[in-house]
Amino acid sequence: MSQNLPVLLVVVPMMLAPIAALINRSGPAWLIATTGTWFAFGAAVQLLRRVMAEGVIVYSLGGWAAPIGIEYRIDVVSAFVALIVSAIAAVGVLYARTSVASEIEEDRHALFYAAFLLNVCGLLGITITGDVFNVFVFLEVSSLSAYAMIALGQDRRALTSAFQYLIMGSVGATFIVIGIGLLFVMTGTLGMADLAERIPAILASGEGDRTIVVAFIFLTVGVTLKLALFPLHLWLPNAYTYAPSAVTGYMAATSTKVSVYLLLRFFFTVFGEEFSFGRMQLDKILMPLALVSILAMSLVAIYQSNVKRLLAFSSVAQIGYMILGISFGSVVGVAAGIIHLFNHAVMKGALFMAMGCVMYRIGSVRIEDMKGLGKTMPWTMAAFVGGGLSMIGVPMTVGFVSKWYLVQAALAEGNWVVAAIVMVGSLMALIYIWKVIEVAYFQRREHDDQIDEAPLTLLIPTWALVAASFWFGIDAGTTSDVAISAAESLLGMMQ
Amino acid sequence: MISFSLFNYWAVIVLMMVGFYTLISRDNLVKKLIGLNIFQTSVIMMYVSFGKISGGTAPILVESGDHGVGDGHGGQITEDVAHSMVESAEVLYSNPIPHVLMLTAIVVGVATLALGLSLVVRINEAYGTIEEDEIVRQDNAA
Repeated sequence: MSQNLPVLLVVVPMMLAPIAALINRSGPAWLIATTGTWFAFGAAVQLLRRVMAEGVIVYSLGGWAAPIGIEYRIDVVSAFVALIVSAIAAVGVLYARTSVASEIEEDRHALFYAAFLLNVCGLLGITITGDVFNVFVFLEVSSLSAYAMIALGQDRRALTSAFQYLIMGSVGATFIVIGIGLLFVMTGTLGMADLAERIPAILASGEGDRTIVVAFIFLTVGVTLKLALFPLHLWLPNAYTYAPSAVTGYMAATSTKVSVYLLLRFFFTVFGEEFSFGRMQLDKILMPLALVSILAMSLVAIYQSNVKRLLAFSSVAQIGYMILGISFGSVVGVAAGIIHLFNHAVMKGALFMAMGCVMYRIGSVRIEDMKGLGKTMPWTMAAFVGGGLSMIGVPMTVGFVSKWYLVQAALAEGNWVVAAIVMVGSLMALIYIWKVIEVAYFQRREHDDQIDEAPLTLLIPTWALVAASFWFGIDAGTTSDVAISAAESLLGMMQ
Repeated sequence: MISFSLFNYWAVIVLMMVGFYTLISRDNLVKKLIGLNIFQTSVIMMYVSFGKISGGTAPILVESGDHGVGDGHGGQITEDVAHSMVESAEVLYSNPIPHVLMLTAIVVGVATLALGLSLVVRINEAYGTIEEDEIVRQDNAA
């Protein structure tokens, strides 16, 4: 059992998904989804413990060793990201019960939970696999289920935004396949560990290194499309705005994070830091894009009147922070990116879930409809404030921890401009979070209609994430230790 | 000069660009999906070309009377390869892995297309049209 834990992490949610779909009743399907995600959560905790204690876990599927079979290779980075994904999924599935019941028609609940399980399976698969083609397969599993879940939104625009995401996501995935194919032609292998050994040899020989460069470009563009880096983010705001609340909360916290992980894998493990940052000068491309993303998307967020859309644009800006950290290419920088990956998952999950509570009660998340909610839904709005403080980066919250490391990484390079832009980004976050808070707390409701606090089944998961955002903000040692050792293992792979 | 020995890769590039252009330029959602499918299919052709070795046969273990290893009964073996493998003659075969990978990619492509088309059906039900500009107009009016 514990020996096969790596594969069970993926297989259990995968096998439970069709069962949930076949049972086709809301309650049992939810129970199955809960079992699957909590199992994955438990397994991910176990795996991270084992990796921290014993080092990299290599698991050969079906007993076929790496060059012939597919291997799962779990190091600190993958175990950490798997833990984030499964933790958010475990909280999200509890939240989904009530939220889905109010936003999705009864006869589609079972299918929703099946798609949810498949999405968890796909995302976890990407994080732990050590085979690049396997990455593509899991990427498609997670993407296809994501398109289906987004399309379940109430507004008909959910359909068009799912379609838009499908088109852009498939193009991104196809770019990734092209990149993988070019790598395979040059090296004759699909295993990440083998690729990491053979690519430097090919680059050193000078023969065929143009193919490697082209593969690198295809993979970079494909993955950045999936993670919604600034010019390629067009699918994200609509998808997050019109998806059911439970889906938005879960997806905002997981799917782009896994893509960021994939970027780390390709840049540092497969191609190696020397090639990515030395030869291809990634830092010169990623850093400006990240900075533009932070400034432009925060600015756009300020002008939104739909809070889900506001938070979606803010997500694109926050992805900018993660990429900014990675673009330093230093241990502190990459660690900052990884810490922010965790922190953003926690706080954005909390914010979107708070909006889901609002949606549940008043059926809208437009700012002008939220007048006076501070009084009528105190716990929900307090959760929003809690998550919002973290977005801004107030000390004692996780948001502060990531910005602290980011600024440190920037100052270590003597890059004052970048440090200043990180600060400006925080101020802009203050503006867009304040916009909501002002309406909710300082404006009176026009009609005296009776609005109750959101039910506990929604509030408890939301507050679990808010509490986590304070807990890991105060006890920052745990996450930053993991992130720094993850960054060290990524950067150390070259030696 | 264009090298005609690599004509299949030129076909891949042409197909890929045709698909990509259709995907970007068309307003009709079904045409977009067709473009996407052509785009994905070009990648399948690219992979299959990767695996092909001229003169190579299918990767099947060929029985031989004396050595227990294939000695070319399968046909397509080139002369010099046959001579260089005196002890255990090997059959020159195409690399099967890209083909197998593409089986997966075909399944993914079918799933994507099916999901895309079912979304188009639902969009048609909700908007009464599958023209993107008309959909945008309706959304802005609402």
